[in-house]
Amino acid sequence: MRRKKGKLRELHKEGFSRRDFLKGASMAVSTGLLATQEAGAATPETEPGVLGPGAVPITLEINGKPHSLKVEPRVTLLDALRNRLDLTGAKKVCDRGVCGACTVILDGRPVYACNLLAIEAEGHHIVTIEGLSTEGKLHPVMTAFVNHDAQQCGFCTPGFVVACKAFLDKHPDPTREDVERGLGGNLCRCGTYAGVREAVLEAAKTLKGGRANG
Amino acid sequence: MAKCKYDWPEASDRRLIGKRINRIDGPTKSSGRAKYTYDINLPGLLVAKIYRSPYAHAKITAIDTSEAEKLPGVKTVRIIQGVGKEIQWAGDEIVAVAAVSEDIADDAVRKIKVEFEQLPHFVHEEDLQQAGDHAKEAGGEKGGDPDKAFSDPDVVISEGFYGIPTITHCCLEAHGNVAEWTGANLRTYSSTQNVSGLPGQIGQALREQGVNVPDNNIETICNYVGGGFGSKFSPDRWGIEVAKLAKAAGKPVKLMLDRNMEMEVAGARPSGYAQIKVAAKKDGTIVAWDSHSWGTGGPAGTTMPPLPYVLNIPNKITRHTSISTNTGPGRAWRAPNHPQAALLTMCALDDLAAKLNMDPVEFFSKNADLAGERAEVYRQELRKAAELIDWQKNWHPRGDKSAGTIKRGLGLSLHTWGGRGHNSNCNVTIHPDGSVEVTLGSQDLGTGTRTVIAVVAAETLGLPVEAIRVNIGDSKFPSSGASGGSTTVGGVSASTRRGSVDALQQLLAVVAPSLGVPADQLVAVDGHIQAKGDAAKKLTWKEACAKLQVKTLQVTGKNPGQCALGSSGVGGVQIADVSVDTETGLVKIHKMVAAQDCGLIIDLKTAESQCYGAMIMGITYALFEEKVMDRATGRMLNNNMEFYKLAGIGDIGELVVHMMTGPGYDERGTIGLGEPPVISPGAAISNAVANALGVRVPTLPITPDKVLAALEKGGAA
Repeated sequence: MRRKKGKLRELHKEGFSRRDFLKGASMAVSTGLLATQEAGAATPETEPGVLGPGAVPITLEINGKPHSLKVEPRVTLLDALRNRLDLTGAKKVCDRGVCGACTVILDGRPVYACNLLAIEAEGHHIVTIEGLSTEGKLHPVMTAFVNHDAQQCGFCTPGFVVACKAFLDKHPDPTREDVERGLGGNLCRCGTYAGVREAVLEAAKTLKGGRANG
Repeated sequence: MAKCKYDWPEASDRRLIGKRINRIDGPTKSSGRAKYTYDINLPGLLVAKIYRSPYAHAKITAIDTSEAEKLPGVKTVRIIQGVGKEIQWAGDEIVAVAAVSEDIADDAVRKIKVEFEQLPHFVHEEDLQQAGDHAKEAGGEKGGDPDKAFSDPDVVISEGFYGIPTITHCCLEAHGNVAEWTGANLRTYSSTQNVSGLPGQIGQALREQGVNVPDNNIETICNYVGGGFGSKFSPDRWGIEVAKLAKAAGKPVKLMLDRNMEMEVAGARPSGYAQIKVAAKKDGTIVAWDSHSWGTGGPAGTTMPPLPYVLNIPNKITRHTSISTNTGPGRAWRAPNHPQAALLTMCALDDLAAKLNMDPVEFFSKNADLAGERAEVYRQELRKAAELIDWQKNWHPRGDKSAGTIKRGLGLSLHTWGGRGHNSNCNVTIHPDGSVEVTLGSQDLGTGTRTVIAVVAAETLGLPVEAIRVNIGDSKFPSSGASGGSTTVGGVSASTRRGSVDALQQLLAVVAPSLGVPADQLVAVDGHIQAKGDAAKKLTWKEACAKLQVKTLQVTGKNPGQCALGSSGVGGVQIADVSVDTETGLVKIHKMVAAQDCGLIIDLKTAESQCYGAMIMGITYALFEEKVMDRATGRMLNNNMEFYKLAGIGDIGELVVHMMTGPGYDERGTIGLGEPPVISPGAAISNAVANALGVRVPTLPITPDKVLAALEKGGAA
């Protein structure tokens, strides 16, 4: 039986996001929970769907293009992006949903790609850092990061840029306090936050200007 | 003094040097296109994982890898440390596995069975009394007559215990390498601070272990490195192992450390604790110092931090005890031993100033002569930093007496570092089409090395920064030093300057006949070669280079070399403004200011970034960081990023950086900046907290529990 894609998204939102929990033999468990959630619905699932442990075919829509691949259910979206599709902008750092270096945008929301299974991402619109600069033209957030030197070693930077983009989509006119709250989910070791703070505020202005003109 | 041809241009002639210039690899990094070692994907790439000791101290009695070997997808299993080996820290490498995917490699590691004879371990060194046999005397110094100075009835004496625990580097890109053999040649992609130095280290280790490969068959590549901070100079045992796995498997292999192991075995700034007694005359003149310090850097213990720090106190006695622990080996961490020395010294002296009822800015200014030749630099920096934090208005004597439960305070610290340029060779190449490249086996840790090289070449050749292509990150390029100890900017800027000056001189000689002007009367300005004082006689840069016809011009620039372009030795002052909630114990940073000298600044923007970054890293170790070891198991308890806290964007307050430049500073030439600004934040913040509370929180990190415990002993609350 096929899983219902939209429902897997609900599952993620409900907070069943600890990767180790999902990664092991947990797919059956999590779909089981899904079935439980649906028990009160008018047309309940008749039996839980079980995937794996072998590789299963999936199609991921990334930066507007479909990518078909076969992954074991335990493979995270981050590993699928990096190791299978060579989309290495999202970085693997904490590998458990703390540092934000792997941030991608899923249906308009920033998510930690290390905390999401690749199979869960099927049927969703995924935008990675690679999708934000087209034909070598930098996204305004990237330009602002360059202007304010909001990067040193650069390893946290793509995650930060993606998080900033998603943040500004929701908060086009942020205060410094908004920035400090809204980007608290990304960590940097070199200490680039002072530049990031300025960069986000500049990017907000640029993007607003762009909207007004366009 | 006679002008030397390589000397830095006079201030009035500098178009680029000292300006705020965007880092040249900024767009590559911010767009996610920069490829780090972790990002290398090669055809047929295998992934390696390591079985590591779960015990802090144990002897290996049996190893069974048969189940792992049988697992489909596993290509190679290698024992790193065999039966009989004594393990000295949890996480040490025992067996390596290479498999077709990371998950299968992990599965295989789980199937490895190792038996141990557990041995007693020791992982806690804060209480010296408990160290027993793990403590070894490790030297000390005596100067003047401390006994006499302390027994003078007219001096004020302050005594205290201070400390700074072991922290881990927590590089966001974990340590690791990719190894690929092509016949007898080995290429490694390595996350390293030492591109030119790695092949020699790898070759030596491989030959010692029976793999006969000459150094010149080894190439190391590192275009981008996701943090090092002093922890990535060596290939490490796992870097040698990955080359052996790749050889055995006949395929390229990637081995990056998992986060928990990055925290446990690949990073450790040694701890530093001390019992300190200091004395000053009633007018504030510091006269005597007595310290007994100790600390650990893992099994090898520690050496004494430079105590007393910055100030050479005339009567002093120091003693250091090195403590060996069963913890991951210590590594250099930005400014090795200096943050420890600053915390111990500046907190002890701040307590003394408080006892004297003296304003710390006045106290340190008064004693600045003890800093020797940089006394005046410190006085200027104290004045500047005090001005930027509005010290006159905001400082109060120890203990915020205002009403309410939130207490506010200011604290300061001084630091010093060397930072002389390392050995560096570079090729400066001018092509007949006018394109220019500078090529050297250096690396850019995020400090702005690429940008500095481009700025120096562009300034020298009269070109825009974008006209210079910088090639670094390959050991086959001309050898350049490791990036450690703030030595890179001095090294690469000097080699690039010398190479660029010589290359230009050769180009001018080629061009001179066609302009009918002697070569020594030509200059490179604004993309042109033109006659001095006669702008009518000129060629565009492109036209000039076309005179090379088919001959590419290449010159090697070196450091050290003729004309001193840099020097060594900086000061630096930082002041923190904090508030402390006496009910919750939480410390909040309002503002931090840094007044920092580093000689001639090449790129002001990336120089300031070094300071901002260092202050943030300093806030992090002052308030959050500690490698917490479990007494019972000997393991690190917070080997992840949710319990090993790094400051977030909301934790840093307002930061102000003032670079000391201009006359008196620029003449010193280039001096490194990576280390100095990271030294003082711990002490400055600790002193600010003491100023707020009226009581000292003796050790970093200043966590709420420690604040409340200190208040319990007596403070402003």
